[in-house]
Amino acid sequence: MKFGVVRFPGSCDDLDALQAAERIGEAVLLWHADHDLQGADAVIIPGGFSYGDYLRAGAIARFAPVMEEIAEFARSGGLVLGICNGFQVLCEAHLLPGALLPNASLRFLFRQVELEVIDAGTPFTRECAPGQRLSIPVKHTTGRYYSPDPVHVLLRYAPGQNPNGSQDDIAGVCNEEGNVFGLMPHPEHAVDLLTGSADGLSIFESMKAHVEHSVAV
Amino acid sequence: MRARVLVRPKQGILDPQGQAVERALPALGFAGVSNVHVGRLIELEVDDPARLPEMCEQLLANPLIEDYEIVADNGEEPSG
Repeated sequence: MKFGVVRFPGSCDDLDALQAAERIGEAVLLWHADHDLQGADAVIIPGGFSYGDYLRAGAIARFAPVMEEIAEFARSGGLVLGICNGFQVLCEAHLLPGALLPNASLRFLFRQVELEVIDAGTPFTRECAPGQRLSIPVKHTTGRYYSPDPVHVLLRYAPGQNPNGSQDDIAGVCNEEGNVFGLMPHPEHAVDLLTGSADGLSIFESMKAHVEHSVAV
Repeated sequence: MRARVLVRPKQGILDPQGQAVERALPALGFAGVSNVHVGRLIELEVDDPARLPEMCEQLLANPLIEDYEIVADNGEEPSG
């Protein structure tokens, strides 16, 4: 299992994502300006401030050369995980429905939140149980999810824990095909009990299980 | 041509920035202000103004959450 972690100018969680993925399998960094996914079985777009997030979060990164490859990879069924800024980029690139707006509080948020697994039948959540609670941190200014249309929700903030005013407490959504997933919380920051929780690992473990199962079939 | 693109949060979507400004004004003694919205102004010089709507749709605004308005520098709607 080989994860590819994208690095844009302004990415800041790329190394955490890389280290988290390395606990599960092999992981390589993918440079934003390359048309090359280096044979990755799954792609992670990490958190940060791609290209400075000028204009709108994720709006410029969408046009990066590597995004063309990622769009093609996603169209052919490849797994793409977008975390925080990665989620914003995937929405701007129309690989996921909806958009992320400034937090209702207008403040930067940094806290541990409880998430509820709404759909445990996807490539990103298959190692979770339906309704399972995951303790994972959020840290963002632009995390209020909005979609005018119904969406496939994988994770919600637990009741009373919505930190940013997201519509219907949505924390993470996937595309119709189920192979592109974006979430505002940071599973890559919750991979070791030393830092409070290892619940984030289940996302990466699910991706690995899906890829290895697909290969076996 | 010089043009201005005004980008606003779409109606019906919570606009906390507008709300914060609306709350701040009375505190300074400016009563009777309502319906405040905060958006973005983009000024640009463009050879082919007919392409401005395309630019707005693809980059300058996110049509899902924002409305945009294109104004020619003379204050009139550009043709095309």
